[in-house]
Amino acid sequence: MPIEYYIFLCLTLFSIGVIGVLTRRNAIIVFMCIELMLNAVNMLLVAFSKMNYATAQTITPNTTAGIDAQIFVFFIMVVAAAEVSIGLAIIVMIYRNTHSIDINFLNRLKN
Amino acid sequence: MNAIIVSTLLGVIMMFCSWGIKSQKTQHTIALVGLFVLILSNLAQLNGWYVIDFDTKGMLAFTRYGLYINTLFFLITFIYIWLNGEEIAKFDNQAADFYALFFFILCGASILTSFDNLLMLFIGIEILSIPLYILTGADKKNLFSNEAALKYFLMGSFSTGILLLGITFIYGATGSFHLVEPILRPSDGLPQEQMILSAGLLLVFAAMNFKVSAAPFHFWTPDVYDGAPTVFTSFMATIVKAAGFIAFITIFNSQAKALGYTWILVLSFVIISTLLVGNIVAVFQRSVKRMLAYSSIAQAGFMLFALYGKSSFAQEGIILYSVVYSLATIGIFGVLIKMKENSFEAFNGLAKTKPLLAFVTTIFLFSLAGIPLTGGFFAKYYMLNSLYAAGAGLWLIIIAILFAAVSVFYYFKLVQAMYFTSGEPSMHEVPKKYTYTLLLIAILLLILGAFPSVVFNYLYF
Repeated sequence: MPIEYYIFLCLTLFSIGVIGVLTRRNAIIVFMCIELMLNAVNMLLVAFSKMNYATAQTITPNTTAGIDAQIFVFFIMVVAAAEVSIGLAIIVMIYRNTHSIDINFLNRLKN
Repeated sequence: MNAIIVSTLLGVIMMFCSWGIKSQKTQHTIALVGLFVLILSNLAQLNGWYVIDFDTKGMLAFTRYGLYINTLFFLITFIYIWLNGEEIAKFDNQAADFYALFFFILCGASILTSFDNLLMLFIGIEILSIPLYILTGADKKNLFSNEAALKYFLMGSFSTGILLLGITFIYGATGSFHLVEPILRPSDGLPQEQMILSAGLLLVFAAMNFKVSAAPFHFWTPDVYDGAPTVFTSFMATIVKAAGFIAFITIFNSQAKALGYTWILVLSFVIISTLLVGNIVAVFQRSVKRMLAYSSIAQAGFMLFALYGKSSFAQEGIILYSVVYSLATIGIFGVLIKMKENSFEAFNGLAKTKPLLAFVTTIFLFSLAGIPLTGGFFAKYYMLNSLYAAGAGLWLIIIAILFAAVSVFYYFKLVQAMYFTSGEPSMHEVPKKYTYTLLLIAILLLILGAFPSVVFNYLYF
C-alpha cells in the first residue's frame, strides 16, 4: 500500500481529535480526543518506520533502519499514560469542588 | 548527565522526606542542600568528572554552553526556594512533595539544555510540564487554581500532540530524529518531501511557541498565571519559560535553513504579534498579577529575537536575558505574594510604610522595563544587537524599541501607586529576612546592570 494512504488515515484521525478538542464541552471527552491525536501520531510513526525499513532494505538487506520510530511510539505511550493519571486527578479535583466537568463552566478567570 | 541523574535522585529523596520528616524547616533545608549538591555535580561535569559515564548514542550532547545554562537555572532555583520556603509550606503540610516536583522540573530543564535528538526534546518537554500541571492545581480547594490547572493541562497536552505530529513529519521526510541540518532521503528534491518537512517544522514551531507563550498561541497564559498560586506562577514564568526558550533555539538553529525565506517571515510575524499583544493588553489590566502575565508574554517577544540568527550576541543575550528576567520576576512576584489582593490599589502608599520594600520593587520594575543601570537594560541591548547581527531589517528593531517604551508605561503605573498615591497598603506581615533576600536579588540586578558580562564570561574559560 502506498504511504499516502497511511498519511491520509492518520491525518483524518488527528483532525477528528483536534475538532473534538475545539468543539466538545465535556472535559473527559476533550481528554479522549487528545488521546486520539496522540494515537494517530503513533500510527503514523509506525507507518513511516516501515517505509524507512522497506527503502533501506533494498540497499542493505540486514538493516535496522526504522527501529528508532518504533521506540518513539513506546515513549509516547508511556508519557500519555503519565499524562492521563495527572489529568484524571485534576478532573476529579474539579468534580469534587463543582460537581460538574463542563468546560463552559470554567470561565471565572476571564473577568 | 550528572545534573539529570542527580536531580532525579534528589526528587525521589524529597518524596521520601515527606513521608519520614514532619518538620517544614528541615524539609526546606534538605531541599536547599539538595540544590547545592545539584549545582556541585553540574560544575563537576563542567570540569570533566562524571557520576556515570556512558555513550548516549547521540541522544544527548553535553556542551559547555548547555551545562553552564544548567548551573544558572539551578542557582536561580536556589534563590527562588530560599525566598519562598515559607509560602510553599503554606499549601500543604507536605512541602517536600512540591520540592520533589521542582527537582523533576529541573531534570526536564537539564534535558532541554542538552538534547540532540527529537525524542529527547519530547521527553524533556513532558518532564518539564507534567509536574507543572500539578503545581498549578496545588491549591486544591480554590476554584481558580482548579480551573487554571485544567486549562493548562488540556492546552499543554494539545500542544504536545501538535509537537508530536511535527516530529513525525520531520521523521517521515528525513528518516531520522537527529538534530542535524535536515537532509532529505535519497529521492532528493521531491517537492512532496520538502512539503512534509516544512509542515513538520512549522508544527514544531507552533507547539514550541505554545510552550513559551508567544502570540498567537498565548491565550492560555493570562488565565493560567492568574489562577495558579502566586508562588508557583513565579516559577512557571521564569525557569520553565527560559528552559523552553533554550530548547526552541537549539532546534531552530539547526533546522531553520530547511524553511528558507518563509522562516524569517513567520518568525517576524510571531515576534511582532507577541510584542503587540503582550504590551498593549498589559496596559489595560487592573490586576497586577494579570499585568505581569501579559508582561511575561511581552518579554517572550524579546527573547524570540535570539531565534533570528546564530550569533554570539544571540547566545550570550539569551543567557543574560533569562537570568535578568528570572531574577526580576521572582522578585516582583515575591512582593506580590505578600499583598492581600492583586490590584494596583493594594500598592498605594507602600513607599511611606515600607520604604525599603518599595525601593526594591522599583528596581525589579525598572529592570523589567529595561531602564539603564539595571540588568534589564543590557539584556534588551544584547537582544536588539543579536537582531542587528543576524541582519534583520531596521524596521523590526525600531518596532521592538517602541514596544519597550510602551512597557515602561504599565510598569510605572505600579511605581506611581507606591510613591505618589497616598493610602494604606494591604499587606501581610513581611519578615525582615524576606525583605533582605529581596534586597539581595535587587543588588544582583544592579550588579548585572553595571557588569553584564559576569554572567557569560565563564562560558569561555
